[in-house]
Amino acid sequence: MSIEWYIVLSSLLFATGAMGILLRRSPIVILLCLELMLNAGNLALVAFSRMVGNEEGQVFALVVMVVAACEVVVGLGLIVAIFRRKLPLDVDELTELRG
Amino acid sequence: MEAVLFFVAAIGALGGAIGVVAMRNPFYSVLALIVHLFSLAVLFLLLSSAFIAAAQVVVYAGAVMVLYVFVVAYVGSGDESAWEPLPGQRLLAPLLGAALFVELAIAVLASSLLALGSDGPEVGAGFGDPAAIGYLLLEKFLVPFEASSILLLLAAVGAIVLASRRREGGRA
Amino acid sequence: MSSTGWAWLVLLLPLLGSVSVALSFRAVPARVAGAVGTAAVGAAFLCAVAALLSLLGDDADSRHHASTLWTYAQAGGLEIDLGIYVDQLSVFMMLVVTGVSTLIHLYSFGYMKSDEGYHRFFSYLNFFVFSMLLLVLAGNFVLLIVGWAFVGFASYALISFWYRRTTATGAGMKAFVINVVGDIGLVLAAFLIVRELGSFDYETVFAKAPEVFSQGGWTVTAICLLLLVGAFAKSAQIPFHTWLPDAMEGPTPVSSLIHAATMVTAGVYLIARTNVLFYLAPTAADIAAFVGLATLLIAGTIAIAQTDLKRAIAYSTMSQIGYMIMGVSIGAYSAGLFHLMTHAFFKALLFMTAGSIISAMANRQDIDRMSGFWKAMRFTSIMFVIGGLALAAFPLTSGFFSKDSILSFAEARGGMYAWMAVGGYVGAFLTAIYTFRLIFRVLPGRPCEEAQHLIESGELYHGPPINPATEEEEDTDVGFPGAHHHIAEQSWPMAAAMAVLAFGALFAGLIQVPGVDNVLFGFLDPAFHDSPLAEIHPSVGAEWRGLAIGAVISVLGIALAWFLWVARPELPALFRERLRPVYLLCLNKWYFDEAIELLIVRPALAIGRFANDVFERRVVDGIVDGTKGAVGGAGGIVRVVQSGFVRTYALLLIAGFAGLALYFLVVAS
Repeated sequence: MSIEWYIVLSSLLFATGAMGILLRRSPIVILLCLELMLNAGNLALVAFSRMVGNEEGQVFALVVMVVAACEVVVGLGLIVAIFRRKLPLDVDELTELRG
Repeated sequence: MEAVLFFVAAIGALGGAIGVVAMRNPFYSVLALIVHLFSLAVLFLLLSSAFIAAAQVVVYAGAVMVLYVFVVAYVGSGDESAWEPLPGQRLLAPLLGAALFVELAIAVLASSLLALGSDGPEVGAGFGDPAAIGYLLLEKFLVPFEASSILLLLAAVGAIVLASRRREGGRA
Repeated sequence: MSSTGWAWLVLLLPLLGSVSVALSFRAVPARVAGAVGTAAVGAAFLCAVAALLSLLGDDADSRHHASTLWTYAQAGGLEIDLGIYVDQLSVFMMLVVTGVSTLIHLYSFGYMKSDEGYHRFFSYLNFFVFSMLLLVLAGNFVLLIVGWAFVGFASYALISFWYRRTTATGAGMKAFVINVVGDIGLVLAAFLIVRELGSFDYETVFAKAPEVFSQGGWTVTAICLLLLVGAFAKSAQIPFHTWLPDAMEGPTPVSSLIHAATMVTAGVYLIARTNVLFYLAPTAADIAAFVGLATLLIAGTIAIAQTDLKRAIAYSTMSQIGYMIMGVSIGAYSAGLFHLMTHAFFKALLFMTAGSIISAMANRQDIDRMSGFWKAMRFTSIMFVIGGLALAAFPLTSGFFSKDSILSFAEARGGMYAWMAVGGYVGAFLTAIYTFRLIFRVLPGRPCEEAQHLIESGELYHGPPINPATEEEEDTDVGFPGAHHHIAEQSWPMAAAMAVLAFGALFAGLIQVPGVDNVLFGFLDPAFHDSPLAEIHPSVGAEWRGLAIGAVISVLGIALAWFLWVARPELPALFRERLRPVYLLCLNKWYFDEAIELLIVRPALAIGRFANDVFERRVVDGIVDGTKGAVGGAGGIVRVVQSGFVRTYALLLIAGFAGLALYFLVVAS
């Protein structure tokens, strides 16, 4: 398969993840959709690395994975903290940071 | 052969993605994401990136998803209410998603980057090997490597701080 | 040292005195400050004498020198120097100012003794002397205006010296505001001068003026009228005179120095200095003469009705300055200046005696309460009589010769000016009457309570401290005015100053006896040789005839006063009843204050109120509040975006990204 198939697939997965963020209200699911977008990026990176012919894109993808892992850790910690304070786990309810 | 594998993996990935977005129960969403991740690993293998595929399975599907499972189990899977407080959101979201996909697709397909249309150059057997990745990490990308390890440390500390219980008599 | 060198010293010494007394306010005891101040002005007087001697060393035609310290400003073709002009006129003024100032400083040394504001007083007084000297020595119009303004400030500071009194601060503000009106006239005149003649410098202006201006032209008449506005405001001529009686709120030495001898003569000096311009604008000169005549007569009538001792003497000052203004406007420059000098002597003396009497009266100034001081304070009374005689132009006193030199010049010039001389003689009659009214009310008769106390115990009467204008009690905790008063009999500096002035009041006229000697006019006349009017000299016979008429009038006036207030004291009350409207007109100062209130103050306040209500409240506040409202409204609209909903933010983000990508796609294709 030529590389463009992978890139198009990656953009489709990215768009799906974006749509999911806009539609879902539970913070956990929003984080999961964020994972989708990150992985779509990873796919694109690896595909380009295959296209160029060296592994630098793959190293980039590795670092993205590390960042994603850190972000998940902190995000889930936040969710646990919110849950502990008995606040509703719903982004439409958590609106105190407003003008 | 390769095409068949590609399409199977692609459908798996896509299905998992749609499952994440569509499932009511967050636990099911987590499971859908795991399926999505495995499909992506297959796609990586198809792109001759063995190490990344392995890392995907072990780190992502293995560790990160386990984290998700734990939290969902702790927090409980509350269903979301059907009522949408933001007007137009239910309409705009798929629209924007579609717009995004179309634009990116056009950008890729009409791109003047001719190499996209090919399968990529001939690569040796050691392409995507741990050894190759290792060399790059320790030589060319040493600083990003070290930086990401610091980042991991920070995240770990942050998580502990966030999730710790307040002392008795402290602020609510 | 040249005369200009001495002149710079004369300027410097009072300034140094003022600054050093001011700065050493806490460190130095009061008496030392007073001595330093007096010494500074005394030294200035000696330097002025030296300048005179140096000037006399030049021959009569070249007795004028200009000297510049440095260029003050240079802009747009204009050059303004810090320069002085020393000629006979400025040396004469210098001598009068420093001489009389020294004596008044000496008087204040004793009079203000127990006043807490002693240092401040001497500092201000020295500053005043410096400003007045700057005014008379200035060599260009800009420096003249600077000196003019400084003098106005010094007057304000000294009138409201006892600043806890609202009457005093109100009077100071009134004086300052009217002075500023005069300043405006002066500045506008200076502007016109520089526009037409291209320079501020006296020598240049007076040389070019006859070439540039035609006789009686519009511009030069306008310049002179504006100069007159300044002169009248400073010299308290009608209609700018209302500040002078109120200025009596200041301590008596201030009244005698500023409002009798020096500052109020600045207008006379101005007209004399710019005589070249006034010759080119005869209309303006005539207007000035008429105003002088009118003031002379009106102030004389007001003085007859006043019951406050200092205010009566203030109106007398106004009247005498009317003589001087009339004199210099019709061309009798040296005569007007002669009267300036003699007036300085006897008016300062009169104020000093008034101060002594007021001290004995425990700060009361009402002559209705005074009587019998001849028995209580002999020295002061003699000084009072001497000053009164000089003021009433009694034969052989200084006032006799100086007043008649003006009037005989007017006669000699002829035409309408001879009629002005008649008016002048009527004024002299009034002067004699009101002067001796004061003397015959205060001195003879049974001693009043305060005088009796003084005779019996030798100590001054102590009454509760009151504000003499409003008769209300005031607290003197702040230390001024001092709780103790001083009279000439008990204070040697006061007595010494008064004695010197009495000598001058009696004998200063003898330097200019017509047909006998010509000391003063011989010195001053060359300064005015440019003016054709200086050619007019009354004959000796005409002068002696004028002197005889003046003597008769003076004696008649004194006799009438004696008749009305000693021989038949019930008559004045009868006159007051019969001629009640006239009496009220004079008592209420011809209602000038009320007229100004109606014509100027009320409309100004109304304009101010209008500006506030309409312009400020509606227009300005409207614009400001409108802008504020608009900004706030815009903010309110924009704030809606910050809803707190994460998904809205994400929507906007992705929508923006989609839009951007679309744009790039379109552009790239």
